[in-house]
Amino acid sequence: MSNHQPPCDDDAVEPIEVFPERELDLRAGADACYKCTTCETSCPVAAVDDEFPGPKFQGPEQWRLKRKEDADIDDSILSCSNCLRCDSACPSEVPLAQMHNEARGEYVDEQMNKLSREYLRNRILANYGLLAKVGSKVPRLVNFVMGLSVTRKLNEKLLGLPSEREFPAFATQTFREWWRERGGAQVESDDKRVAYFHGCYSNYNTPEVGKAMVRVFEEFGYEVLVPEQRCSGTPMFANGMLSDARRAAETNVESLAAAIDDDADIVASCTSCSLSLRKEYPELFDIDRIDDVSEHTYEALEYLRIHEDLESAVTDAEVDHPALAYHAPCHARNQGLDRQAVELFREVDGVAIEDVGDSCSGISGTYGWKAEKYEASMAMGEEMFHHMEQSDGEVGMTECPTCAMQMEHGTGYEIKHPLQVLEAAVVSE
Amino acid sequence: MGLESDVLVIGGGLAGTTAAISAAREGADVRLVSHKKSTLRQSSGLVDALGYVPKREDGESDLGSGSGSGSGSGSERASESTLRGPVVNPYDAIEDLPEEHPYSIVGSEAVAEGFALFDELVGDAYRGGHTDSNALVPTFGGTVKPTARYPAATAAGVASDERPMFVVGFRSLSEYDAGALADGLSASGVPFPVAGAEVKFAEAFRDDAKITRFARALDDDEPIDGVPARKALTTAVEPQLAEFADSVADASDIRVGFPAFLGEDRADQIREELGDRLGAEVFEIPMGPPSLPGLRLEDLLLEQLDAAGVSFETGVRAVDRTVGTDGAVETVVVDRNGTGVPYAADAVVLATGGLIGKGLQSDRKRVTEPVFDCPVAHPADRYDWFLDDAFGDHPFARFGLATDNRLRPVDPSGDGEPEYPNLFAAGAVLGGADVAREKSASGVSLATGVVAGRGAAAVANDTTLEANR
Repeated sequence: MSNHQPPCDDDAVEPIEVFPERELDLRAGADACYKCTTCETSCPVAAVDDEFPGPKFQGPEQWRLKRKEDADIDDSILSCSNCLRCDSACPSEVPLAQMHNEARGEYVDEQMNKLSREYLRNRILANYGLLAKVGSKVPRLVNFVMGLSVTRKLNEKLLGLPSEREFPAFATQTFREWWRERGGAQVESDDKRVAYFHGCYSNYNTPEVGKAMVRVFEEFGYEVLVPEQRCSGTPMFANGMLSDARRAAETNVESLAAAIDDDADIVASCTSCSLSLRKEYPELFDIDRIDDVSEHTYEALEYLRIHEDLESAVTDAEVDHPALAYHAPCHARNQGLDRQAVELFREVDGVAIEDVGDSCSGISGTYGWKAEKYEASMAMGEEMFHHMEQSDGEVGMTECPTCAMQMEHGTGYEIKHPLQVLEAAVVSE
Repeated sequence: MGLESDVLVIGGGLAGTTAAISAAREGADVRLVSHKKSTLRQSSGLVDALGYVPKREDGESDLGSGSGSGSGSGSERASESTLRGPVVNPYDAIEDLPEEHPYSIVGSEAVAEGFALFDELVGDAYRGGHTDSNALVPTFGGTVKPTARYPAATAAGVASDERPMFVVGFRSLSEYDAGALADGLSASGVPFPVAGAEVKFAEAFRDDAKITRFARALDDDEPIDGVPARKALTTAVEPQLAEFADSVADASDIRVGFPAFLGEDRADQIREELGDRLGAEVFEIPMGPPSLPGLRLEDLLLEQLDAAGVSFETGVRAVDRTVGTDGAVETVVVDRNGTGVPYAADAVVLATGGLIGKGLQSDRKRVTEPVFDCPVAHPADRYDWFLDDAFGDHPFARFGLATDNRLRPVDPSGDGEPEYPNLFAAGAVLGGADVAREKSASGVSLATGVVAGRGAAAVANDTTLEANR
């Protein structure tokens, strides 16, 4: 068919090939941006960092600029914390997060000095799972050494990790070790089955979250599978390490697709993990069955709310629990999950829960773990710290492990995961 | 199954929020889902009822113009041939609207109820509820706009007030030009002396700093080159204001208009402090997006949703529905980043917006409503969808759903039977109104939100009764 046909003739007009086929064409997204700048008013980084040109620049404008072959990607892309608030705010469906991830990946691949301290540090942060795997072999020793102030000073000098931050302690027994020790699933079922994507943090650092997830799902009669898995890739996207992320994604998609074939849906307890499997994977990679995995993935509490009468289950419960200051992680917001814990637990006798507002915690995964970003990270979190301190209790709650770190760091509060509170409410001793 | 509610509202704008709260007040258990952050944050924060109506065929112009102003307004310029106004009393003008207009369908009583509910929800954050007449409020384009309710922060700027007005602008804030704004107001015949000047204040910020950045600096009274922001701002304004004071007869009663960036969280306090320092009443001139008055209204309404016990979530898009054997909507399928999640409800309110809000979609051949596939009437030839005159009476502006008198979508070419017995529609997804030219968007959302929300609750309550029987 010729390209000179009248454009409104019928549906069969062939598109004109403007860009090489293998390249991801984000032009439609760039064209859809009408510069209303709502994304910029939602960006927590732009709110505290005057040097950061904001999501509209990082997304559509950067994309247009780099169409010119001699234009480099602006290094301000490394200041985007990947919170995805711009994505939730855009009224025009510009794929901002996808554009940022692409730009960051290209910057890191083509412009970043691979021998620089910054690259090395980012690579280590992005591959936290690997570090944790080694560290958790000798958790007590590592916890002791990492806790020493001399180590923290050294980390800042050598690696650019902020000395103010306390390194998260490794659990003495990982979730997977516990899982093996208890002999795997205690409930078998052919029609109620979930595959648990625990992610790195609940495996190495907070296995109690993973245990709570297993106990709660078993209480509702689910058979829980714990398939082989690697890091979800979130810290890798956020640092532009797309080839690392792709390798992890390939492993995860293969293993989770096999679980889907065993009639399981996938549930995650970390909202960044569920977001990554659902949204970022299909946006960034073309891997066999990646859409299948995306369609079958849920956040754990979300899954129960959809498939069980969770409201009745918790309404009947009575828990003696200190008041909770709840912070909704940005990645929960992006999935429409920011209200579910508040709405669910306010029905429970003995649980008082207070939403501490809509600010970003400021740590945004690895962002707050960079010495040069530490101050901005704390400035973003200020509103949350303030609201937490104003709230009744001295226990916080959130789904996101790094938000939890920030909440604890800023207020000294103990932080719970909603699954732990749910465990207290519904699991019989 | 977990995600069930009596009433499910789709859309988080003014119409959806109003519908959700109305339904909740009827005792329904309500859930609201919205694809993106509320479009209220793009809105000016002004809440209009009806500012312009179609010209009468007999050429009569009995509505006249309020306070002799409005001749310079954009809408007037745009629509000289087909519209008249500004309307003094929106309720008197409703009878001049076509019968397919949402106001004609729900009636002026529903419009009054919509505004009464709004007044109750926003409390003293808004003014204008004392009268049925429109107020004329200056806009950043240098026009005056007929509006029914306006933020308290804007109150001192109304055009019917005869006090001298000084308008402040900033060179680095390109959204408006204070001098041009003042000239525009003068040209539109406002009954007071007005002048504008640009002052130095914003230079300390980044060149392309956003108005939210200024707002935050004023909220926290952040030091700017060592001087607290509020003091720095008034110091910048004082000399120019003094010059203006010399030029007017009564300098003791000047009001000073700023672009609407005077704080987000502590706006009242900031306005008062600036007023004290300047010895004048300070007000805000609403601006385009992103808009602080819009953001403040969004916050206010979210609080009210929470207080009404409505569950709500953003970031999720309704994409499809399942239908029961009785032809009623059974569930609405919502996309959560790739995963389809069914939400069951006894009744549903569709408040997803029009073509701009993406509640309606169009391609080269047709206009569709994507969630429920309700038919949308439009000319078959797309060249008949619009006019060549950019500000003209475009047919596409009226595209939207046709409904029965309870706001249930019907096939416009059919027998008037509702598409689904338990689906109601509210706001910009409805057809028959050119809300942009009429200045009726908020009022249509409020009035139809109340009617649709109540209708949905009635269906749900009926079902609940049956279930309990």
